[in-house]
Amino acid sequence: MTSVATARQLAGPGAARAAARRRQRMEGGTRRPGWIAYTILSVVVLISVTPLYYAFLLSASTAGDIARNPVPSPIPQAHFFENLGRVLNSGIGFWSALGNSVIVSLVTAVSVVFFSTLAGYSFAKLRFRGRNWMLAFVIGTMAVPTQLGVIPLFIVMSNLGWTGKLIGVIVPAMVTAFGVFWMTQYLSEALPYELIEAARVDGCSMIRTFWHVALPAARPAAAMLALFTFVGSWTNFFWPFIVLGSSNPTLPVALQLLQASYFKDMSLIMAGVVLATLPLLALFAFAGRHLVSGIMQGAVKG
Amino acid sequence: MPWRQRFSRWDVKTAPYLYIAPFFLLFALVGLFPLLYTGWVALNKWSLITGNQGFVGLANFQYVLAQPRFWDGVANTFSIFLLSSVPQLIMALGIAAVLNANLRAKTFWRMGVLVPYVVAPVAVSLVFGQLFADESGVLNAILTSVGLDPIGWHSDRFWSHIAIATMVNFRWTGYNTLIFLAAMQAIPRDVTEAAVVDGANRWQTFINVTVPMLRPTIIFVVITSTIGGLQIFDEPRLFDNFSLGGPDREWMTVTMYLYELGWNSQRNLGRSAAVAWLLFVIIVIFALLNYVITRRIADSDHRPNRKALVK
Repeated sequence: MTSVATARQLAGPGAARAAARRRQRMEGGTRRPGWIAYTILSVVVLISVTPLYYAFLLSASTAGDIARNPVPSPIPQAHFFENLGRVLNSGIGFWSALGNSVIVSLVTAVSVVFFSTLAGYSFAKLRFRGRNWMLAFVIGTMAVPTQLGVIPLFIVMSNLGWTGKLIGVIVPAMVTAFGVFWMTQYLSEALPYELIEAARVDGCSMIRTFWHVALPAARPAAAMLALFTFVGSWTNFFWPFIVLGSSNPTLPVALQLLQASYFKDMSLIMAGVVLATLPLLALFAFAGRHLVSGIMQGAVKG
Repeated sequence: MPWRQRFSRWDVKTAPYLYIAPFFLLFALVGLFPLLYTGWVALNKWSLITGNQGFVGLANFQYVLAQPRFWDGVANTFSIFLLSSVPQLIMALGIAAVLNANLRAKTFWRMGVLVPYVVAPVAVSLVFGQLFADESGVLNAILTSVGLDPIGWHSDRFWSHIAIATMVNFRWTGYNTLIFLAAMQAIPRDVTEAAVVDGANRWQTFINVTVPMLRPTIIFVVITSTIGGLQIFDEPRLFDNFSLGGPDREWMTVTMYLYELGWNSQRNLGRSAAVAWLLFVIIVIFALLNYVITRRIADSDHRPNRKALVK
């Protein structure tokens, strides 16, 4: 930007604009695309958000209206809070489902970040025998459809007495191959050996070195991993559904219960959908950028 | 301080293993062991309520393979998978190409396509179940308003698959778009510029240069969506309120059948485990097959292009 500013001082705005254009070309910025590109993208974004707005419209109307007008008017009616109240008092325990989802997602995210950073640090920066093939093994496990092990896992959980308890959802998800791989990739580039050696020379034990050097250095990637894990566990259905049952549901499980018992009242069900989705949408509004760059970085390296 | 030295040496030696141990321990306990033990459960009469009732050999497999429902499930699963993965791949590539232009408000557009990713599949299914509702749904209302017949989304096998595939596409197209976008941005600009200099138009450049260079990414996306897509459960399960996959199991997938045998109608974990093992084998075979095919396709795309560049 300095060159543009200098150009403006020296030769007036016209020259500055020319300089800006030159800069843009030099940075590889091709010509701006025309309106067709923006139209296509607008349609795509519209398709992405319309079903959600539709859910909100239904959640703000009544069952009778939905039966009468399948295509709702684009202006929401005033029944949203009423329907929300009915969901929360429906006997399915949406308050506790909300609490359960928060607890499960938070604990899982923290745990995945911690153990993945620990393992990633070890794979990226420590020397030990078998490192390469062990890392290859971790990556290989990502291709294993572990969901198909549900039956023995369920048997184990019921022997432990963990069915119907949040611990049965949290423990199997405490560290993931994706997380380990992700942190390994990041730390091998972002953490210089000099920092680790300096800490070691200062007399730090291995775990203190990890805590004071590796963990702070891992922060940007850790934040992205936490986001992904949070979203993944908030939206997860199959395993919580099997291990928790209907007694102690997370939000997705509660949604299924809501559908099974109130299927005639779409406005109520959609209020449940909005309730289950809104927290993540709010998170997305703040941190969606990091989710985007997380996916894109993972793609280049993966 | 010899003690301290000894500790330090022990520390350096064991720390790397200790740090990776949690992953391996957990994977062994909740990943590998259950998957292998599924094979053992499948060889026993194993009830959800009363536990193991004794060894029965391959009887569970024989039972499952003789059920038309199982084969319905396999057919439905593949049909939904194909209807979701192929259009999704093409759409994601196309949108990524548009996003790859020098746009204003890049972040806004990228976030815009990713919104559906944060919606739980269960919620997606409830919303789309209503959009595709037979009587009070938006799509049928539109169809009838333009004078067409309404579609039996919840009674016709093919259309129910379209509806469910639409849910999958809704949630995952944006995600895969960003993966492709990242890979496109990693393509050196001079490669595409060379094609333009050689007289290729934008479409030719995209098909003959960009897509072949995305080959590793396309393979990655195809394999991951195979592994996930063939286990599909959430969307079809909530497509109607009976959760069985339709009156005649029109949209019942293999994983739904697995659940039905184990937890619902028979409470027979042995038979359920047989289904799990069979699905595992199917996924492995199909993933390998997909790998070979995608390699081929991307390869044959690549060759003429290479020749063109040599000329």
